[in-house]
Amino acid sequence: MQEILQYLFSGLTNGAIYAVIALGFSMLYSSTELINFAHGEFVMLGALCMVTLAVNLGFPLIPAFFLSICAVAAAGLLFERLAIRPVRHPEPIVLIIITVGASIFLRGVGMLIWGKDAHSMPPFSQHPPLDVAGARLLIQSIWILIIVAALTAALQMFYRRTLTGKAMTACAVSKKAAWIVGIPTKWMVMLAFGLSTGMGAVAGAIIAPITMSSYDMGTMLGLKGFCAAMLGGLGSLWGAILGGFLLGILEALGVGYISSGLKDATAFVLLLLVLYVRPQGIIGAGEVKRF
Amino acid sequence: MLLSRKCRFGALAIAILLAGALIFTPGVFAESHQDAYKIGGIFSVTGPASFLGDPEKKSMELAIEEINAAGGVDGRMLEPVIYDTEGDPSKTVMAVGKLINKDRVTAIIGPSRTPTTLAVTPMVKRAKLPFISCAAGNKIVDPVKPWVFKTAQSDVQAVASIYEHIQQRDIQKVGIITVSNSFGESGKEQLLAQAGDFGITVVSSQSFGASDTDMTAQLTKIRQEKPGAIICWGTNPGPAVVAKNAKQLGIEIPLYQSHGVASPKFIDLAGDAAEGIFLPTGKILVADLLADDDPQKQVLTDYINAYESKYNETVSGFGGYAYDAVHLLARAMEGTNGDKAKIRKNLETLKNYVGISGVFNFSKTDHNGLDPSAFVMVKIKDGKWELVE
Repeated sequence: MQEILQYLFSGLTNGAIYAVIALGFSMLYSSTELINFAHGEFVMLGALCMVTLAVNLGFPLIPAFFLSICAVAAAGLLFERLAIRPVRHPEPIVLIIITVGASIFLRGVGMLIWGKDAHSMPPFSQHPPLDVAGARLLIQSIWILIIVAALTAALQMFYRRTLTGKAMTACAVSKKAAWIVGIPTKWMVMLAFGLSTGMGAVAGAIIAPITMSSYDMGTMLGLKGFCAAMLGGLGSLWGAILGGFLLGILEALGVGYISSGLKDATAFVLLLLVLYVRPQGIIGAGEVKRF
Repeated sequence: MLLSRKCRFGALAIAILLAGALIFTPGVFAESHQDAYKIGGIFSVTGPASFLGDPEKKSMELAIEEINAAGGVDGRMLEPVIYDTEGDPSKTVMAVGKLINKDRVTAIIGPSRTPTTLAVTPMVKRAKLPFISCAAGNKIVDPVKPWVFKTAQSDVQAVASIYEHIQQRDIQKVGIITVSNSFGESGKEQLLAQAGDFGITVVSSQSFGASDTDMTAQLTKIRQEKPGAIICWGTNPGPAVVAKNAKQLGIEIPLYQSHGVASPKFIDLAGDAAEGIFLPTGKILVADLLADDDPQKQVLTDYINAYESKYNETVSGFGGYAYDAVHLLARAMEGTNGDKAKIRKNLETLKNYVGISGVFNFSKTDHNGLDPSAFVMVKIKDGKWELVE
């Protein structure tokens, strides 16, 4: 019993992180049909910004958190403006290759700025882990779950209640139709980039205290997030959340009951299974329904 | 007619090229035999294993500077040619190809990691080039390959010193958690193989990915088996995450780490969670704590002072591998006039060389030349190393 709980806690924590990363993938895909393979690198930037601001420059936690998200979102906007928009023939394959290039570039920049060593920072609040029926739950894990829940709620509100959110949904359904009714689609794409990379930064900033942040941490996290997004159904908000948690929990249970050597394989075997059996993902029904 | 003219032109071009090659090649040879000896260096200066490669590169340059300042080898200077492998086996293969074919080096030092070393050993065998690896994996010298030597302490000696310590504390059951790359696999192999010799049973063997963010699931599984100690085998940052997770889970039994994390960086990363951890390390980390009659004390102090004053940074436990390699090579090169077979022979018969990583005694069957006395056990206390009896 104690073990199952411990595996679940570990899976929930990792799953929440995968979910936020998957959200970033999904959001961008639904408004631009683009899969940003540099997304993991924005997670890395978020984590390292957070470490720098909170540890090296001594900012209080909350300003450091929001500042790093803003900084990374700004980097995301810059990326869209400089690398994506000027492309003359914006075919999906060209854009995807650009994002792969950008990920290598960003890793290099990360290495130059933060060096090659890993960095660590203290948790958001200094409390001993909670003891739940013998299993330990980290306070940082609770923080992560709270932040992910708040983020999901805010996104849901944004898409359902605000004019900008609705305009973005319209863009996702049909760019041309949205443009005809007067929605500035270019701005919407920029906004999608900003939001998506900002989301990556959130993921980075919340895991910085539980793991070590280094310039090369983004690749694996990005891939896992991509798996989670595919698993739940690319382009769907709830799909990304579901996919993330499912992946995290299955990974933890796989380590516990099968073999720890197969941890990373779990994600990729799941991805393959989904692609074979249900290519639209768990939630995507028929044609992928956007947000 | 047109065709034949083309042919003739082609033949002429080839002839000119061949003539050029004949004229210029001897020049190249002559040059490489009269001037400095070129020594190749391949280290993971950047990438995840940069904590190994960076100090190794600096130490190699430092050692060569020292040798040259003292008049070189038989009056000839040494010239380092260093490439970055980024810890990547395929880049290492390319770098070694370049060193052999383009730079025509006399010997190669490095690379920093076991997988990169194993990737290039067939190449140095073909090229018949003395090769001194700075990586820890025991597979490099077991089975013995004629041209391949290594200066880093092996996991064989590290495992032996950990088990000795565990045995003294009357612990019979251990759980092990190893990183899933060749450093971890090699450690795991030794841990499983040597356990019986010390009357120890490995009750649970887990692994983790080099860049995993959470190891609580693996540690939970180990805890279920109620071992008396946990041994973690990996290089930063994974073991620091293991240390943190173990503390968070409230695991009270002693945690042992490998020599792979023997650097101040580990204490930095693991923070409070590093308290009370045991690990085997080369003597360099605790040079100032060593007894004055320790044969290595003088060598270590000199190296540390030279390194710290030249690079203005704290010395790490890894640079010494390259430093030893250069000095061993220089000694073996004396009187050989760059004859690679003679250098190899001299290396194999070198005895009682007091280096940074231990006292080297090479032989036909031992191309590492170290014994378990190369390690001392330390404990982390108040963020500092402390010698354990």
